Amino acid sequence: MREAAEALDVKVWRGNAHGGGYRSYSVPAQESQTVLDVVTWIQQHAEPTLTYRFACRVGMCGSCAMMVNGEPRWTCRTHVRRVLDGKRLEIAPLRNLPVIKDLATDMAEFFDKWTGAEGVFHPTATRKDAIAPISPADPMRQLANEAVECINCAVCYSACDTVTANPSYLGPAALNRAWTLQNDERDGAYAPRLRAVSADGGCFNCHSHQSCLTYCPNDLNPTASIAGLKRLSSTSFLRRGRTR
Amino acid sequence: MIGLRLYLAQRLSAFLMAPLVIGHIATMIYAVQNGLTASEILDRTQGSLWWGAFYGLFVGAVSVHAAIGLRAIAFETLNLPVRWLNPLTWTVGMVLALLGGRAVAAVVF
Repeated sequence: MREAAEALDVKVWRGNAHGGGYRSYSVPAQESQTVLDVVTWIQQHAEPTLTYRFACRVGMCGSCAMMVNGEPRWTCRTHVRRVLDGKRLEIAPLRNLPVIKDLATDMAEFFDKWTGAEGVFHPTATRKDAIAPISPADPMRQLANEAVECINCAVCYSACDTVTANPSYLGPAALNRAWTLQNDERDGAYAPRLRAVSADGGCFNCHSHQSCLTYCPNDLNPTASIAGLKRLSSTSFLRRGRTR
Repeated sequence: MIGLRLYLAQRLSAFLMAPLVIGHIATMIYAVQNGLTASEILDRTQGSLWWGAFYGLFVGAVSVHAAIGLRAIAFETLNLPVRWLNPLTWTVGMVLALLGGRAVAAVVF
């Protein structure tokens, strides 16, 4: 990797649940440098106690999301040159989640909402049964496919203004997951999940701002999934509880 | 804090309001362009079941729609505690229905 002569002016949020602030670091600019590379350089060369979270470095595990110049991003796949503001780079923990330390947030609330939205597969068969044949051309399977590549990075949750304003709102990731399961023929919790996603903190609180769609690193459209859940819940109610 | 019933009530009231808003604007343009006086308008509306039903339905839909919309704003923007949301929704809805109903009664009866 060729090292350029110039340096980046990087501000990183340091602190914990009780508060904190930004500290400045000068980081050598390099070619094909990602935001995660910058954070790693700071920890290895300037601030050994800097806390952050990452695992796969290839955009699969969803653990390295942070606020970069005010916007939520997966840092391992975000090239510095795409987000640099002049030479300035400001890195902070994800919005809408409590901070544990520095750039690491507490994801418990995020995953609790997944289970709150019944974003859990409920099997209807045992391992002794034959595998259910589901055609890739099946319309329900195609709907599920469009939303299934979520990596749980919480970028959409962090981008969502409704989550900011309404802490009980389940959020786009949990509802998107619920939508994929409502379109999974093998799942056995259609009615309980419909009740979970149409409760007070559920899909009906979405204002369709579409920040989740704008920022999803995998180009998913949780707003469309939530609209699908609104449609399913409303239709079921108008049919007096009959679901499919 | 919007659940299934409030969501449906707001969508159905919007569904009703869409043609009523167009009808209301068309009526206003007609009345203004033809230079109708207040008494000429009242001549047309008083005793009219049609205008009573038109604006009565309009007032009902507005009362439901605005009360639920303000509920969301009060909770999300003004951080009103959850226990106040139902009283607020009912109060706004009733006040709008009362004021609107009074106006409709004044031009129809």
